[in-house]
Amino acid sequence: MWTWFHRLASPPTFYRLANLLTPWLLALALALLAIGVYGGLYLAPADYQQGDAFRIIYVHVPAAALSLSIYMTMAVAGGIALIWRMKLAEIAVVTAAPIGASFTALALITGMLWGKPTWGAYWVWDARLTSELVLLFLYLGVIGLNQAYSDARTAARACAWLALVGVINVPIVHYSVQWWNSLHQGSTILSIDGIAKPKISGPMLWPLLLTLAGFYLFFGAALLRRMQNEVLLREKNARWVQELFAI
Amino acid sequence: MSGFLGAGAAVFRRELRVALRRPAEWLQPLVFYGLIALLFPLGVAPGDPALVIFAPAIIWVGALLSALLGVERLFRSDLDDGTLEQLLLADAPLGLLVGAKLAAHWLLTAAPLIVIAPVLGYGLGLAAGPIEVLTLSLLLGTPTLIFTGGFAAALTVGAPRAGILLPILVLPMMTPAVIFGGGAVRAASAGLPPDAPLYFLAALLALSVTLLPLAASGALRNAME
Repeated sequence: MWTWFHRLASPPTFYRLANLLTPWLLALALALLAIGVYGGLYLAPADYQQGDAFRIIYVHVPAAALSLSIYMTMAVAGGIALIWRMKLAEIAVVTAAPIGASFTALALITGMLWGKPTWGAYWVWDARLTSELVLLFLYLGVIGLNQAYSDARTAARACAWLALVGVINVPIVHYSVQWWNSLHQGSTILSIDGIAKPKISGPMLWPLLLTLAGFYLFFGAALLRRMQNEVLLREKNARWVQELFAI
Repeated sequence: MSGFLGAGAAVFRRELRVALRRPAEWLQPLVFYGLIALLFPLGVAPGDPALVIFAPAIIWVGALLSALLGVERLFRSDLDDGTLEQLLLADAPLGLLVGAKLAAHWLLTAAPLIVIAPVLGYGLGLAAGPIEVLTLSLLLGTPTLIFTGGFAAALTVGAPRAGILLPILVLPMMTPAVIFGGGAVRAASAGLPPDAPLYFLAALLALSVTLLPLAASGALRNAME
């Protein structure tokens, strides 16, 4: 029953499967993003309060959602790497971190650009903004830890431990920051909740769902490609790699 | 069972004995802490009332940085002289030994900080009530800091290029402690009950003291492979 799982865990099989999957994932991601962006930027009506400024939601929300999902992915892969010592899971932990950091940075930057016209400031010490910033530092910690070791497998398993402890820490950080802000009575009451929670009308919603799906598929394609590169790098002396690139 | 606890106690005693023969190890964080508290008032106008508002943040962040100074050496010297290998090979569970080591380290480097924190708080203009809460919050919060730092030190012990990595790993994880520690003092200054943030600090303490030694021992085993 588990043979398919073990076969998938072998680097050559993974490499070939990823080679097959990645172009399809990427094509589907680009198609969804193209339709979603068209729907979001041209077809959806302007918001009655925020005007056209709201349209950044089609980048901001998927990036923010991914920033959390990728951390979860890292933690799950980290657990698999530590329990079953699966090489591919170790590779997934270290290759997902830079992608996660990029999406976190993207969410922060688009959030700041969105905040300026709607809240009147690029940065407020809102609970979500602050915990997203902490998340960026957590990602940078994983990236830094990975680079501190010369042995790739030790580095990856250290990152797996960090991701596991971090995933317990992320909700604590999130709720403590929320608590901090609500106690402090910040200067602004606006939060992303207020914009996302009310019923969003259909013409605005479907492009968002499409870009969300497109971002996730893009993450899948990017992760697989990065993992492929890492597999090649680590197995560069293996016979299947040499055969792959033999002319 | 008592054998395991005895092993933990032996590690605890050994840490204290080694550190007491090198007083610089636990005196330097104390001096550093005093210097941080001295430099902050110099950055603002003399007698600026804003200093009282920032006092909880100064004292808490100062304690974080001072306590982190010694954490980097926590496992490094044990790795160099082979003690770490003996700990890994020992019969007793590694998590227990690491916990004992971290507890001793807390007593040596963090407890002195808690003792002088009231003095620094007084110097920064805090009233007696908030100072009491501040001391209590540090008492509850610093073990979390030392245990988190110990986990990060275990992660980086085998890394030759760790450098400034340790604080980068630890400080983001300490945001809840700073929020609740500072929040307790602010509540006390405003005349509100500081119980809720103190309970949160206690919860973090329970979580970190029980789980982080296990994670740290996993990281140590990985680093020593």
